[in-house]
Amino acid sequence: MAEFLIETIGLPVWLSWTAIAGLSAFLILNVIAGGALVFIWAERKIAARIQDRLGPTRTGGRFGWLQSLADGIKLLAKEDLMPDGADALLFRIAPYVSFCASFCAFIALPFAFDVVGQRLNVGVFFVVAVLGLEVFGVILAGYASASKWSLFGAMREAAQVVSYEVPLGMCVVVPVMLAGSMDLVTIGEKQAGWASNWFIFHDPFTFIIFWVYYTCALASVNRAPFDLAEAESELVAGFHTEYSGLRWSFFFMAEYGSMFLVSALAAILFLGGWNGPVPVSKLLGLSDGMAVNAPYALRLLGCVNLFLKAAVGVFVMMWIRWTLPRLRIDQVMTTCLKYCTPIAAAMFVGVMLWQLFLPGGLVPGSFQNAAGVREGWLEQSGSEESVNKDSLSGITPSRRIAEVSR
Amino acid sequence: MSQILDEDQRIIEFDVRTDEMLVNMGPQHPSTHGVLRLVLRTDGEIVSEMEPHIGYLHRCAEKIGENLTARQWIPYTDRMDYLAAMNMNLGWALTVEKLLRYQVSEKARHLRVLITELNRIASHLVGMGAYGLDLGTFSPFLYAFREREKLLDLFEEVCGARLTYSYITVGGMTADLPPGWLQRCEAFLDQFEPVIREYHTLLTTNAIFVKRTANIGVLSPEMAIDYGCTGPVLRGSGVDIDLRRDGESIYTAMYDGYAFEVAVMKNGHYPRDHEYPAVPRDAVLGDCWHRFFVRMLEVVQSMDLVRQSIDRYSQCKGPLGEPLKLAEKLPAGDAYLETECPKGQMGFYVVSDGTPIPWRVRARSSAFSNLAVSPELCRGCLIADVPAVIGSLDVVMGEIDR
Repeated sequence: MAEFLIETIGLPVWLSWTAIAGLSAFLILNVIAGGALVFIWAERKIAARIQDRLGPTRTGGRFGWLQSLADGIKLLAKEDLMPDGADALLFRIAPYVSFCASFCAFIALPFAFDVVGQRLNVGVFFVVAVLGLEVFGVILAGYASASKWSLFGAMREAAQVVSYEVPLGMCVVVPVMLAGSMDLVTIGEKQAGWASNWFIFHDPFTFIIFWVYYTCALASVNRAPFDLAEAESELVAGFHTEYSGLRWSFFFMAEYGSMFLVSALAAILFLGGWNGPVPVSKLLGLSDGMAVNAPYALRLLGCVNLFLKAAVGVFVMMWIRWTLPRLRIDQVMTTCLKYCTPIAAAMFVGVMLWQLFLPGGLVPGSFQNAAGVREGWLEQSGSEESVNKDSLSGITPSRRIAEVSR
Repeated sequence: MSQILDEDQRIIEFDVRTDEMLVNMGPQHPSTHGVLRLVLRTDGEIVSEMEPHIGYLHRCAEKIGENLTARQWIPYTDRMDYLAAMNMNLGWALTVEKLLRYQVSEKARHLRVLITELNRIASHLVGMGAYGLDLGTFSPFLYAFREREKLLDLFEEVCGARLTYSYITVGGMTADLPPGWLQRCEAFLDQFEPVIREYHTLLTTNAIFVKRTANIGVLSPEMAIDYGCTGPVLRGSGVDIDLRRDGESIYTAMYDGYAFEVAVMKNGHYPRDHEYPAVPRDAVLGDCWHRFFVRMLEVVQSMDLVRQSIDRYSQCKGPLGEPLKLAEKLPAGDAYLETECPKGQMGFYVVSDGTPIPWRVRARSSAFSNLAVSPELCRGCLIADVPAVIGSLDVVMGEIDR
């Protein structure tokens, strides 16, 4: 896009890059804000249905679809309160720190092939690392609120998120190993074709590790049953006890943004990303997978695919929240240290061995053939500036490991 | 403080000591069941000491009772345990009847059993649902309230009120059942019975619920008796006392001819009269899980009793009988009677000097004694266990503060 502005229109380089960055940021912001509105409404409707209620029914005509907007206006109009003893600066910036972390992680998240704010060749690493920064906002909020309950919430969050980063990292490494790249676009593209190409179905180990990833993701975004930081029956409201109005809603937006983010990440890493379960476009001869020269309409359909998959992930999170009681802090840590981490480590080794000895999968050919198809376009797109220029990327992951280990 | 931490075996693994913090939980806190204030002395997440402070809902109910006639005080008993107002009405009515040596008609007796056992179900439903809330799950609460709503509809039909009924009164009932009520009540029971399995799935056998409640806040039978705990809290510790069977004759006479087994663990198992899940391996007699479970069993037991009383009531011929006059003279003397309310043994004491207005009125609250044991149960537990313990005691502040 930026090249287009520079070469065709002739804008100065700095201006075109800034304009594109601004546009990307604007679009992502709308995805988060619009997504939060939809998800908050969805959460209310889903919770209501699970609890045998109706939920919002009137705002906006039918189904209460404008309810979250009405809530947003109410929050805007609320008095901005700050406790007397609060650290004014930290108290004020804490929600924005949380929100920024959630927002920044979206920059490297592809919504379809090359539909991404900034394609990074360490995309996975970037997303997980930046998402981990969200905890700083929570800690700041807890510390600056001058409330004991907030402090409890912040300390819980710190302990929990730091611990769950470990198994989460291990889970995330597995698709990276399978795809041979840390670039999220490449990882997603590697799973093109039938649903059997999705990394979750690659081997039994990846199937198990997907659930470990989902558990850790739940914990890292503070959703029930791991929502200890805001445990309302114990800590009043945890770290956001003293927040009200718009600042409070920023925490909320950050939470829903992160929920969507980890679900989308799960979709890209394990569930085929923007590739549908059936390669419709390829069967119809429209394009060779979702390749570089695929029409923009197909990329948009890829976006829809990814959004649907992420929405299912978010829906399951809501379902869990409205069903299960909350764990205790020591049980949360036990789940992480005694179950998630060892399982993730064992599965990691398992996937490694599988790659060495059974690179083609149990049904010989199925995975390999698809990989062959993908390699074709990867080489073809090698000339593009944006594509990973790793000389090893053309080789199948198994051979690559063998080569590296040699 | 450090001594407590050293002695308590449960908290040995927490060897990192931080500064102590004094935290007020309540009176405005989502999980203290009204206006209970708990002062916690915490070391990080560990609660080394917990002290309940009460009195935020004190309304001088006893003093008011000394200025009103016995029947006039009935609405004030509603507001003690407002979740089981029928049982409160019954306690006071029976106490005054004991003083008067008055016996209600057979029909009124069965109606009293019917209505108080229904109210016991309603009260335990709130206890169960609110316990889910304390542990951080919302849905069981609404599932419980959905069924309770139907019960309240039934109560509304008989007396016009949904919370403070004043239905049972000294010398009988304020009114007979409206026509067709018994059929609607039976329909409710038939509909309600399968729902209990849902509750067991959502809470009783839920792995996280068991993790949060099993072996937490273990109350030994000795300690339960020492502190005067009663009701499901006492029976959850394995002490086989239920005033409906072991109480004074004026109260047990109400249940003459009724078949029921006290919901308590005997010889390592609960009475197997109904289908219900097995006791989880981690659960210890006297822990939060058992207290909760006893309530769930009592819901089933009360359903049985309601069914029996519907039969007996409909067989009774003759009038229900009129209640006593509003300003009936009480004989000089005193009377004390304890009844088995959903929360425990509720006692009323009345001293009369021969006028219609009692000279002294006193209420013995079960939730008060049950709450008194909470500092023992919370010593050395985690902050998250405090709501779990308080919730398992199922306290109602209106009854504690009166």
